[in-house]
Amino acid sequence: MIENKKYSRRYNFAFIDESTKKEIRRKLLKAVAIPGYQVPYSSPEMPISRGWGTGGLHVTLAIIGREDVFKIIDQGSDASVNACNLREFVESMTGCKTTYDTREATIIQTRHRITEEVLEDHQIFVFQVPQPEPLRGVERYEYKTRLMHGEADYAKMWVSLYESFVQHGDIMLGAGYPVKVNGRYIMAPSPIPRWDVPNLNHARTLYLFGAGREKRLYAVPPHTTVEPLEFEDVLFKIEKFGLPCAKTGYRKAFLDELFLDDGSKEYVINDSNFMDKMELGMDVQQFVNPYLQKIVE
Amino acid sequence: MGYVAVKGGADAIHQAQELVEFYRVRAETPPIAVEQIRTQLRLSVDKVIGEGGLYAPEYAAIALKQSEGEVFEAAFILRAFITTLERRHYSETLDTREMFVRRKISASFREIPGGQVLGPTRDYTQRILDTAKVDETLEDMQAFLAKFVSSAGSAGIATFGKVIDLLRREGLLAGVGNNEDTTLKDITREAIRFPAPRSARLQMMARAETGGLMALGYSSLRGFGNTHPTVGELRYGTVPVRVKDPFGRVRYIGKIEVTEAEMVTSAKVSKKRQAPLYAIGYGLCFGQNDTKAINMGILDRAMRSPDGKSPATDSEFVLYHTEGVEAMGFTNHLKLPHYVTFQAGLSNVREAIKRAGAQTVEVS
Repeated sequence: MIENKKYSRRYNFAFIDESTKKEIRRKLLKAVAIPGYQVPYSSPEMPISRGWGTGGLHVTLAIIGREDVFKIIDQGSDASVNACNLREFVESMTGCKTTYDTREATIIQTRHRITEEVLEDHQIFVFQVPQPEPLRGVERYEYKTRLMHGEADYAKMWVSLYESFVQHGDIMLGAGYPVKVNGRYIMAPSPIPRWDVPNLNHARTLYLFGAGREKRLYAVPPHTTVEPLEFEDVLFKIEKFGLPCAKTGYRKAFLDELFLDDGSKEYVINDSNFMDKMELGMDVQQFVNPYLQKIVE
Repeated sequence: MGYVAVKGGADAIHQAQELVEFYRVRAETPPIAVEQIRTQLRLSVDKVIGEGGLYAPEYAAIALKQSEGEVFEAAFILRAFITTLERRHYSETLDTREMFVRRKISASFREIPGGQVLGPTRDYTQRILDTAKVDETLEDMQAFLAKFVSSAGSAGIATFGKVIDLLRREGLLAGVGNNEDTTLKDITREAIRFPAPRSARLQMMARAETGGLMALGYSSLRGFGNTHPTVGELRYGTVPVRVKDPFGRVRYIGKIEVTEAEMVTSAKVSKKRQAPLYAIGYGLCFGQNDTKAINMGILDRAMRSPDGKSPATDSEFVLYHTEGVEAMGFTNHLKLPHYVTFQAGLSNVREAIKRAGAQTVEVS
């Protein structure tokens, strides 16, 4: 008898077909060659909603090999629901080993955080980006923002920072603070908190950014200058928490603000793997940057 | 492992998955066969193949079953499925003059070649809730069929000349000017860029969400724009699809159902004394979906005369925001935790409030 195979499908390694993966890798190479420049790409639909990490997935699935060890975090946490779903998807489509351990991972996908633990040159760090266009707040048309980038015409951006200072006494940008990459392109570092922004500068690891819905890829190669936009007299600052982590007493990590049942408030370390390692008393090497060094333990 | 505000993510998502499946089956009614969905929910299936961008009625029916009838979700499932398929061929250009017409109407002429063919439509029915459907049986269906088929006979399906060909022959249609970008893009292979050629605009709209196109098309008719087109011709039927084989011979590979709309409007005249010609707004989508084809036609026309004020004439506005799968994903992503991004803004706001000397209300 002839077997009916109509409904028995096997998926390609890493879900996406090979020619599309190749296209994504080519666009990534272009992104690496022009740090901070947004490269348009095909952005095929994923079985994950648009805006829920499809760009990050495209990058991960295009570059992952069988030997890779995959870690994924969402808002700093390995256990966040969407991270769990994406981890399961990557695992089932590749059979790759997954981990919570930042050090062990070769590819780390993230939503809105860089790990506290320092990243090394054999690792690739993949950001999920909701809005790749740093100028969108000052110019709504894609057609015009591309022109502005082409001509390095960032006047509107600078004026908006100045206006923010005049109106509120400070640059009010929180997550996704705009940065200048390699002295040329202004880039949206995905909405990572300002805390993480200095860690993009001259890092040892390769940072790749995927904005699936907006169909753009960009990159910060290792050892690239990344400067937050600031004025001579109004400087970029990282978040201040006031209190240390309630569990570890540590101050040099990004903290989550928790409201307890009795209405009181405490802070705990946001990065779940870093928190675990601190609690176990393990020796963790952190990113070093001048902003962190100023914090008094 | 790990202390976070929301813990046990993996466990929670599995439980939610089980629970939603429970909701689908808990009433223990007989399972709906995929075949039933494909045939009896024909118009839902048409919407899903159109918005999913994959002509696969059977898979669309499976997706509808799996998503409890949610059309957005089903279209999204088909889109994701496309990603796993290798693109082997581009078809030859479809010629809708070859259409086996099931329905064709023209609002601009009383008579058209081959006459007005209403075909399958609910346009002229009273939308009265038909409670008799509650007791419908297979026998009822068969009785109807026996009666209908014997009375209808087989007039046969035919091909007909098109209304726009008449207009063109009369010299009433404005030609495509030098300003029109006629590059052929494939929006599934590369991201759309602006200004987008008409090929990209039409492709985006062919996959766009019907409701989104309708909202913007309606806005253009009602007052935010000045298009009030006439339906030159609206047709629904099957058209043959052909591809070139490796030896360069054109091969017939099957037929697909499409709805096509050609909306006639007066073309914008730029120079004095230039003749006021007509122009066509074009719409084409999979399956039978009059609303989508017509609104696509309106918007195609509107986008070719941007006026700087009306949303419907603004390509970036129309195309980005009628893309249903993307719009649904992003508006729903707000449900994801955002506590890190919120925290980053919070410390700014707190300091600004302090600087402004504002009184914060203490609640004890």
